[in-house]
Amino acid sequence: MASFKPTKVQFLPKLGETVTEDTLYWKNYKSPVQIKEFGAVTKIDFSPLPPHNYAVTASTRIHVYGLHSQEPIRSFTRFRDTAYGGSFRGDGKLLVAGSEEGLIRLFDISGRVALRQFTGHSKAVHMTSFLSDGFRVVSGSDDLTCRVWDVPSAVELSSITEHTDYIRALAPSKLNPDLFVTGSYDHTVKVFDMRSGSSVMTMQHGHPVECVLLYPSEVLLVSTGGRYVKIWDLLKGGQELVSLKNHHKTVTCACLSSVGNKLLTGSLDRHVKVYNSSYKIVHNFDCDASILSMAVAPDDEVVAVGMTNGVLSVRHRKHKKDKETLTSRRRRGPSYRVFVKGKNFVPRQDDFLVSKPVKQYLRKYDKQLKSFAVSKALDTALQTWTRTSKPEVTVAVIIELNRRGTLKNALAGRNEESLTKILNFLLNVKKVYEKMDLLPLFLVVALCVLQSSSKPMLKKDRVHHDTPLSNNEHNDEENFNYDHEVFLGQEEAKTFDQLTPEESKERLG
Amino acid sequence: MLYIYIYIYIYNIVRCGGSKVNLRPPIISTDSRFLLCASGDLVKVYSTRTEEWLHSLQGHTNQVTGIALNPANHLQVYSCSVDGTVKLWDFIDGILIKTFIIGYPLFAIYVSEKHEGVLFLHVSMATDSKNECFQLVAVHLPKSAEQEVEAKEMSVVSSHISSNPSCTAFGRGGEYIAFARHLQLNVYFFRKQKTCSFSLKATDKKGAKNAFTCIACHPTDDCIATGHEDGKIRLWRNFIHKKEYTYSTQHWHHNAVNTLCFTPEGTHLLSGGIESVLVQWQYGAGNRKEFLPRLGGSILHISVSSDGQLFCTSHSDNSKLLSFKCLFLPMLFMLSGDGVLTDLMIDPRSKALVLNGKPGHLQFYSLLRDKHLYNLDIVQQEYIYEAGLDQFEVVKAAFDIKGSWLATVEERGQKSSDLEFFLKLWAFDERTQSFVLNTTITAAHTDRIISMCFSSSKETTMLVTIAEDGQFKAWCQGADADTQQDQNFWSCDFVGSYHNLKPTNCSFSADSSLLAVSFQEVITIWSPETWEMLTTLCQPPGVIRDLCFGRLSCSKYLLGTTTRNLLCCWNLLTCALEWSSSVEVSKLQPDPLSENVAAFSYQSKHTDVFVFKPSEPRPLFTNKNVCSEKVHRAVFVPREEPLNNCDESSQWLNRSQLYFLTQNMDLLTFSTATEEDRILSSSKQLVIDDSVAVTPFYLLLGKHGQQQQKLNTQSHPAADKPQQPQGSVTIKELLHTPAHVLPAASVLCSMFVNSLLISNTGVQEEMDSEKEEEDSEEEMEACDSQQELRVQGSVDEVTLKLSKAQERELKRVRKTDFSWMAGLIDSKP
Repeated sequence: MASFKPTKVQFLPKLGETVTEDTLYWKNYKSPVQIKEFGAVTKIDFSPLPPHNYAVTASTRIHVYGLHSQEPIRSFTRFRDTAYGGSFRGDGKLLVAGSEEGLIRLFDISGRVALRQFTGHSKAVHMTSFLSDGFRVVSGSDDLTCRVWDVPSAVELSSITEHTDYIRALAPSKLNPDLFVTGSYDHTVKVFDMRSGSSVMTMQHGHPVECVLLYPSEVLLVSTGGRYVKIWDLLKGGQELVSLKNHHKTVTCACLSSVGNKLLTGSLDRHVKVYNSSYKIVHNFDCDASILSMAVAPDDEVVAVGMTNGVLSVRHRKHKKDKETLTSRRRRGPSYRVFVKGKNFVPRQDDFLVSKPVKQYLRKYDKQLKSFAVSKALDTALQTWTRTSKPEVTVAVIIELNRRGTLKNALAGRNEESLTKILNFLLNVKKVYEKMDLLPLFLVVALCVLQSSSKPMLKKDRVHHDTPLSNNEHNDEENFNYDHEVFLGQEEAKTFDQLTPEESKERLG
Repeated sequence: MLYIYIYIYIYNIVRCGGSKVNLRPPIISTDSRFLLCASGDLVKVYSTRTEEWLHSLQGHTNQVTGIALNPANHLQVYSCSVDGTVKLWDFIDGILIKTFIIGYPLFAIYVSEKHEGVLFLHVSMATDSKNECFQLVAVHLPKSAEQEVEAKEMSVVSSHISSNPSCTAFGRGGEYIAFARHLQLNVYFFRKQKTCSFSLKATDKKGAKNAFTCIACHPTDDCIATGHEDGKIRLWRNFIHKKEYTYSTQHWHHNAVNTLCFTPEGTHLLSGGIESVLVQWQYGAGNRKEFLPRLGGSILHISVSSDGQLFCTSHSDNSKLLSFKCLFLPMLFMLSGDGVLTDLMIDPRSKALVLNGKPGHLQFYSLLRDKHLYNLDIVQQEYIYEAGLDQFEVVKAAFDIKGSWLATVEERGQKSSDLEFFLKLWAFDERTQSFVLNTTITAAHTDRIISMCFSSSKETTMLVTIAEDGQFKAWCQGADADTQQDQNFWSCDFVGSYHNLKPTNCSFSADSSLLAVSFQEVITIWSPETWEMLTTLCQPPGVIRDLCFGRLSCSKYLLGTTTRNLLCCWNLLTCALEWSSSVEVSKLQPDPLSENVAAFSYQSKHTDVFVFKPSEPRPLFTNKNVCSEKVHRAVFVPREEPLNNCDESSQWLNRSQLYFLTQNMDLLTFSTATEEDRILSSSKQLVIDDSVAVTPFYLLLGKHGQQQQKLNTQSHPAADKPQQPQGSVTIKELLHTPAHVLPAASVLCSMFVNSLLISNTGVQEEMDSEKEEEDSEEEMEACDSQQELRVQGSVDEVTLKLSKAQERELKRVRKTDFSWMAGLIDSKP
């Protein structure tokens, strides 16, 4: 006596994407918090010191947010025109920002009014940054110059004009206070040394450079521009290591995660891509609008993305604590054996364990199939939850019904609503099961649906019964031998009545 | 011609399993220890306890059509056959007691206690050419001491009865006999010599089909249960008065009731049909019933043992199930399978024969013991027992050379246009000792898979499948780079085709360096390493049917058979046809352990076997007219120990044995004379073991017997003590038992004396050591005296408890003992 064999559910193998530690790590973010700014978010910078507040430059304001706050802790609004490139000093106490009018302002993080104003640029200053000693500020401007300013005296220390187009990218070295890297729309990336006062290295990116980024070891340099992301090896004199072309629009920003130095790039095509150490994409964040700026908090706690529509999207990392609270609620009590034998019971070596027969648990649709309740089984398989989240179960039940030859019975006697439900399911699932050849099966189902749904439009009797003869009144006066009027109409009947019986017989055939 | 005759003399074609056992209901002996069933022209006797086949009752020359226990002696059984004889057997010892010659083909037998010396037989009258007209005949058995008696005294009970033997049954201690035909139920009362008949309408308003399918009579009550074509069961009562009969209807079966059976006490009625559910109706309790579902195969017959504890159901898939009343013990002991779709295969691990079993299963069948080992569920789907339902069946299977992989193909919809099939690969799991599903390939090909084979190399396993879509595919383990999962799964490695022709067969060479795929009339040779087509071989007349490479010294040859009666042999080194001969070959089977190839040819309604080496076209062995059916499946089974038969003509049987399956599900083989003796002797031994009833005395002796066996197997140190202390205790018990409860002295004596003797092994040893003894006489003498003393001492202890007669025996033992002991001592350093 064999036991009932449950319905086999076929799972489709997932091709392509494979689960690695990286993908799991980057998937582990909550859904983003959206904060609306006044204009396009051009720059996001995290304070290097805890609590890692971050400055968001958008329109004529710079807002400072706390890691978990959705309202700005502080805002700097004294800009007459659009502000650009607000960035923290190494100790997180000072903030520098350029602006459309060419002014560079220096703020104390706790104050409101600018401590210093550096004037000298004739056009908009898009990039400003502190050098790593903290006493100097470097700025890149649309007037093709790169200037270094002294913070205490607010004096311009030097001005370098080597680029031939707007300077839109800047990265100071964290190890050497005299080094910084600039990128320009003239397709070049230049490394400047303040000690010599000129560029020491020039690299051809091939497209207008939007962003430059130094690895913490400062051996590798990342430049983005056009659709390309290029990695340069500075120790080898600026040799190109890798050229990545994974976006289909201009790559506007790049940053590094602090855990494992993974490269993240954001682009106008609304995607943020995460690369692993061999520059293969491991994860992809989708955003609502073109991305202009992006930053990752230390320990990858937060990924903040600024977009052209003025929305700042902040993703927070999920923590295990959140999960634990969920699971602890569901913790199971001690097993039956503990109650019977006590907590400290240890089986002896010569104990013979008699295993209980394992009870076969069947799914609801299997139970119904076991008792040949085919229509109910189909109903169970077509429940909304099963239909949407586990379409393979529904398909398996339909296949099983077809195999048993009872599909027609299962579909019979259904109302319009449930039939449309089945047909809709078939249409949807067709895409999922493209690889499997389910077309013949679906045709069979559709035919059965048609058959069961086709019914006469009006409820009419097919056969018209005459009233029984016995109900008729007796009427012997009329000619009951040949009632020509009924067959031929009044006119003809008259002529007919005058014919001889032989002739009328001929005519009638 | 002389040549052939000699061979027939040496070889016997031996039936070694299989045969349909479900033709007639089986019988359980009165003591429920034996199960008898008709199988072909044999009656097979099985033990209900061990599930083993004990022996067969051989003697009929045609299909055995009925068996019935002799009501006068429950150790005897009657069997009737189409050859027109009824034979009376002692089924425990397998002895033919009497033969009654009736003279007409017999189709069923019924006996009743009330009618001693009368057999009721279904007879097909010789005058009728069609088998339609059956008669129920009462035959009075003549009382004569002769072996063969002609039974002349016949009287016809009814001349129009159904051909179905389950439509006839004896009622209440043999007072009446009920038989049904189409829509009429007849009851013949022996006392009144009168027949009452009751008839039903063919159909009624609800579309019921009322034709009778089976009948059972209540053992103590006047009640007849009838089964009908539409699944109804009617219980007829009060049929003694023709006009006042009543019946009640019970309906559970959705299709025809195949069989009905009352339990001996009459408390329950058992019924079975195509649903494969044994239904137990409580008698007299209306509709109360219990079910035993999913027994496998539709139920054809049910029989119950006399104590009501054992049920035996026989099924359409040629299996039998025994079930105890409360705990159901399934016992499958037959080589089952109505339609064998797969080839015959040998599992390289268990050396078991593998073929279709239960629906959707592969069965493993031990040829050595003629026993079913286990079923492997391939389809893993609920089998719906319903007529005309198209369900998945295993159609192809193949093992790799080590037995660690099994490939199966299951198919559904052979008849209709939408064919569904799956290719499955199974890995052998060492822990559970069975096959575990590894990979399921849903759309391996776009059309039906014709054939498949594993590569025979030990390093890499590769599977090649050919299909009707004109392609052959090679499957490898873990070749797919897309899915970077564990490399354990199988995926497609190569797809090949040749001018869009439909492939017909494929074969790997012995070392797997070549793959031959035949496309209609062309054979293509491929290198599996590079998947490069090396050459094509073409021999126009006829489409290639079978392909095989030669083995060992003949590995340079490739053999092929065509549909146009041609057997060709190509030399692969020269790529030329070596020889060809005009034989219609239905099956070509190479022996994996030797160069030999067996060819079955079917000509003018009988099958011939040729065994030859590919290197020479002259056959080594020819046997004409092996069987009358076509043989499509055959296999060489490697022997456990190779025979050393020097006879040139029988050498091909030394390494492996050839088994083949006929269309009647008879598994036949060639065996040599020595083997047959061995089989016979082993079967005799089994019978003796089992035929002793379990009495206190048996237990006593049985224990002793076991000790005896132990003694035999024990090594020499134990042998110098002729009796173990426990042994003497049993003898004591034996001697103290009163004489009137002991069995006959003739039975006891030899056993008793034998138990006192030293085992044979010791004596043989002694013979061997005799030569050594002569070499070292001086040494021996010194030791001898010591040994003798010890032996004497031990013997003295025993003799205290033994009689004089045994003492005499012991003296003899003592005399022969010396040299053997010496041999022992000699061999020690």
